[in-house]
Amino acid sequence: MAATPASRHPDHPDLDRRTVVSGFLFGCGIAASMIDLFVFHLGLQWHHFYDLSTPQVALAADAVFHAVGWFITVWGLFLLADVRRRGEVAWRRWTGALLAGVGAFQLFDGVVDHKVLGIHQIRYGVDLLVYDVVWIGSAVLVLVAGLVVLRRTRPDRSRPVLRAVPSDG
Amino acid sequence: MPHHAHTAGTSPWDALLVLALLAAAAGYALALWRNRHRSPWPVHRTVLWYAGLACAAAATSGPLAAAAATSFTAHMAGHVLLGMLAPLLLVLAAPVALVLRALPVAQARSFGRVLGGTPVRVLAHPVIALVLDAGGLWLLYGTDLFHLAHRSSAVGFAVHAHVLLAGCLLTAALVAPPPRHHLASLRVRVVVLGVFVAVHSALAKWLYAHPPTGVAPQDGRTGAQLMYYAGDVVDVALMVLLVAGWYSATRPRPVVPERSRVVPT
Repeated sequence: MAATPASRHPDHPDLDRRTVVSGFLFGCGIAASMIDLFVFHLGLQWHHFYDLSTPQVALAADAVFHAVGWFITVWGLFLLADVRRRGEVAWRRWTGALLAGVGAFQLFDGVVDHKVLGIHQIRYGVDLLVYDVVWIGSAVLVLVAGLVVLRRTRPDRSRPVLRAVPSDG
Repeated sequence: MPHHAHTAGTSPWDALLVLALLAAAAGYALALWRNRHRSPWPVHRTVLWYAGLACAAAATSGPLAAAAATSFTAHMAGHVLLGMLAPLLLVLAAPVALVLRALPVAQARSFGRVLGGTPVRVLAHPVIALVLDAGGLWLLYGTDLFHLAHRSSAVGFAVHAHVLLAGCLLTAALVAPPPRHHLASLRVRVVVLGVFVAVHSALAKWLYAHPPTGVAPQDGRTGAQLMYYAGDVVDVALMVLLVAGWYSATRPRPVVPERSRVVPT
């Protein structure tokens, strides 16, 4: 089997790469659109719909993140379905990529959204330092855990690369 | 709230709106009837068409429309029904395909030529549709148009018609069922939908902080959150349809000219 050109061919995507991209996008997406909504807005009610102190630029950035968050959630799931219809899904590898995605987004949220842009804070009326340390620390832990799983589930490159099998349908 | 003098259902403009919706209902039924000797038209498309018209009717006449004169939250419920949900249902009902099937061959050809022509191509481009739809929203809530539309039923009619038609145009430019005369590339459609979602959610947050004058703060906040979250539901449905289009277009095909072909199941 030819090495790289085939992986660019739309009919033969590199399924390992697609598995990792799917897990990562879905992880970022659920962190952006679901963890924030269900845990912090509805569950703990630490976040407000809009705290009325956000600068205009940050509000625009937040709106863009919102759109991208839903899009990558949907896209990640469809990529997973695509890998699945072309062959076996490496679920441990996908889960590793998912963890890396959740960690990467939470880290981005904790550093860029909360601190650099100041779109909103984790909680209001409290000393933020502890919350920021826990948020960013846990994000780094999840990200590292995901990267470790990804490293340990790397496909054996000495064997033929996993590729899409031409399907009958 | 005293700032809205006119109530729904009392002027010729409101009657015109009802007539237009009735005409759309009758037109689809007529096309179905003329199709009766051809292969059956999918039932779900018919259901989608009448559900879409019902959403548009609920937003423009009846109790919700009457409540919208005094409640910003009711106004926003109508806005989501008329500008987002009704267009999605109406576009998925594939009225263009039905009309093409119902017309005699010669007329279907000329209709097809109109659909394939430059004016339709320009109007149906996702970027133009985005500007018409999102631009109209910013005009409605960013200027005095909101109050004008409630005072004058002619302006109110124009706003309702624009919201529904621009919504249909944008939805069709993104996820139209066949026949698709000018479907833009997936990349363009993804970017346009992303920009629309961003503009819509930013506008909802801005309205949360700056409701139109005369709207009570609590009413403004509830309405803005309704716009944000109900808008999200329709937006995510559009995203799923868009990516599902990619999914079915890229389905694995057999690439075996030499080998004997397996019969598809």
